[in-house]
Amino acid sequence: MTEIQAGSAEEGAAVAAPSSPRVPAIELSGVVKEYLAQGEVVQAVKGVTLSIAGGEFFSLLGPSGCGKTTTMRMIAGFEDPSRGTVRLHGQDVTGVPPNRRDVNMVFQSYALFPHMNVWENVAFGLRRRKVAEADIRRRVGEMLEIVDLTGREKRRPREMSGGQQQRVALARALVNNPRALLLDEPLGALDLKLRQAMQIELKRIQREVGITFVYVTHDQSEALTMSDRIAVMNDGLVEQLAAPREIYERPATAFVAGFIGTSNLLDGTVEESTGGRAVLRAGYEGRILVEGGTHAVGDHVAVTVRPEKITISAEEPEGDVSAVRGTVSEVVYLGLYNSYAVRLADGAEITVFQQNALDSTSTAERGEAVWLSWQPRHSYVIGS
Amino acid sequence: MSTPEITRPRVPRVRFGERLLRGYVWLVIAWLFLPIVVMIVFGFNDTASKSNVTWQGFTLRWWGRLGDYPELVGAVVNSLKVALLATLITTVIGTLMGLALGRYRFRGQGATNLALFAAIASPELVMGASLLSLFVSAGVDTGFWTVVVAHVLFSLSFVAITVRARVIGLDRSVEEAARDLGASTWITFWRVTFPMILPGVVSGALLAFALSIDDFVITQFTSGAMETFPLWIWGATRIGIPPQVNILGTLIFAVGVVIAVVNTVTARRRT
Repeated sequence: MTEIQAGSAEEGAAVAAPSSPRVPAIELSGVVKEYLAQGEVVQAVKGVTLSIAGGEFFSLLGPSGCGKTTTMRMIAGFEDPSRGTVRLHGQDVTGVPPNRRDVNMVFQSYALFPHMNVWENVAFGLRRRKVAEADIRRRVGEMLEIVDLTGREKRRPREMSGGQQQRVALARALVNNPRALLLDEPLGALDLKLRQAMQIELKRIQREVGITFVYVTHDQSEALTMSDRIAVMNDGLVEQLAAPREIYERPATAFVAGFIGTSNLLDGTVEESTGGRAVLRAGYEGRILVEGGTHAVGDHVAVTVRPEKITISAEEPEGDVSAVRGTVSEVVYLGLYNSYAVRLADGAEITVFQQNALDSTSTAERGEAVWLSWQPRHSYVIGS
Repeated sequence: MSTPEITRPRVPRVRFGERLLRGYVWLVIAWLFLPIVVMIVFGFNDTASKSNVTWQGFTLRWWGRLGDYPELVGAVVNSLKVALLATLITTVIGTLMGLALGRYRFRGQGATNLALFAAIASPELVMGASLLSLFVSAGVDTGFWTVVVAHVLFSLSFVAITVRARVIGLDRSVEEAARDLGASTWITFWRVTFPMILPGVVSGALLAFALSIDDFVITQFTSGAMETFPLWIWGATRIGIPPQVNILGTLIFAVGVVIAVVNTVTARRRT
C-alpha cells in the first residue's frame, strides 16, 4: 500500500506541485462553462467556486443536467472553462490537456480498452509514463490485489461481469497514484445489491489508498453514505456545500430540502420575535417555532421539517414545541415505519414518519384530526 | 390456463417446415457455388481443343503448364499490382474519410455522404466512360496509373462507409480514458482508436481488393494498352478459354477464401 503511494515521485511528466496539506487538492474559482447550442449561448455551469481538501471523499450531487458532470470534466481537462480557473494542488491547470493532469477518471461506461486484457488495461497509464517494466509488474499486481482481481489478468473486458469491469476501471485509474480520482456515476450501471456492495468497497479503497475522490452522482443515498462533504448542484450552481449530516438536517435551500430525502415545506408570517426565537402563524390552527436568526414581525418565512422529526398526537402537545393541527388523509404501512399524510387547513400536506415501536399508541386513523409537533430546532429556515 | 392438450408435442409439422427451410438454404448455396465449382473442376479437364467446355477426363497437366501464355501471366501480375496498390491507397484515404465522417460535424458533410453513395450507385459504364473522357481531355495517357486512379475512385466509398460505421459505434469515452491516462492524441489514435476500428478497416480493404481484382468495365475504359486478368479473359473468349484461366481463377478464389476465413476468425477474437 505504501509502495503504491511511493510511485508518484519519479513521474515528473504530469503537473507536479509541492503537496502541502494546507493547499487544497482541487480548487475551482468562478468556473463558468458556456456552450453554443443552435446559435444560443447555454450556460451549463454558471459560476462554481469550491475547494476540495486532499484525501477527502467529495461528492457532486444533483439531478441530470445540473452541471455536475461538466464540472468534473473541467477538473479532468476534457472541457475548458469559459471563465474561471481550475487549480490542482495550487497549480493553475486551466487549459492543460487531460494527459498532462495528475488526476484520473473512472467513466460511467467504464471505457475499458476492449482490445486489451485486464493487465494491459491497468498497465496503460504506467506505460505512458515510461515507468520501468519491473515497477509496472509490481504495481499492477498490487492494484489488482486491492480490487480483488488477481488471477484474472488475461481476461478481456467483455468476458467480465459489470462489477468486475467496474473494478478494472478503478484499478486502471488508481494504479497511477493520481492526486485525485474522479468518478462519474461509476455505479449507475450496476444492480442495487452490487451497487451497495461497491459503495462500501469504494469507501474502503479510498481509505486504503488515501487519494482524494471526487464523486459525481444523482443518487442522494449514495452521496450521503460515502462522502465527507457534498456539493448539491442545481441549474449550474452549487446550492449547498456541507457534510452529509448537515445537508440532510439543515438544507440551505428549498431545492436541497426537496432533493435530499423527503421534506415538508411550511411557511408562515412572523407574529412575535424575541431573543432569537420567532413564532410563525399561518392559515391553520397552531404555531411554528423557529430558532436562531433575526426575523422581524410581519416577515414571511419558509421552513422545512423532516418527516421523522414530527410526532403525531391526538391531544394538543404541551410545552415549548411547534404544533400544527390537521387531518390524516393517508396512512401507508412501510414495515419499519408508517408514513402519514396529514392535510392542514390551508391545503398543505405534511408527511410524517412514525416508527413502528411495540408500544406504539399514537397510531392515527385515516380521517382523524391530529396534532403534529416537533422541536423548534428541527424547523429549518430556507433561504429564498 | 394450461391444458394437457397444449403441452402435447406437435413435432411433425415443425419438422417438415424446418426441413423445407433447410433444403431451400442448401439450394441457394448450391446456386451460388455451382459456377465456382465448375470453374475449379474444369481446371483439371483433360481437354485437347481450345474450347474447355466438355469433360474429357482428369489431369493435372495444366497446373504444370501455367506459364504457357506469357500474356496471361503478365495480365495476372498487372491485376495484382493494380489491386494491391489501389487497396493500399484506398484504405488510407478511405479510413481517414470514415474517421472524419463518423466523428465530426462539418460543413459539406451531407454533400460528402451523398457523393459516397452516388459513387456506389452510379453505373460502372457511366463512371468508366466519364473517366476516359476526363483522361483524354486532360491529355493523360491511359495505362497502369489511370487504372489505379480509377480503382481507388470506385472502391473509396466502400472503405469510407465501413470505417464510418465502425467509428460511429465507438464509445468516445474510451479515447478520453486513454487521454486521461496520459496518452497524447497521437498515441491515443495508434494504441486505442486504430485497434478499435481495425475490423472495419480490414473489411473495407478486403472489399476494395475484391472489387479491384475482378473489375472489367471501368478497367476496359481506362487501361489503354495494359491488360489485366479480366481483360485478357474477355479477349480470349472469342477463341476459347484455356484451362490455365480456370486454374488462375481457382487460385484467386482460394486466396480470397483464406483471407475471409482469417478475417472472420480474428474479428471474432478481437471484438
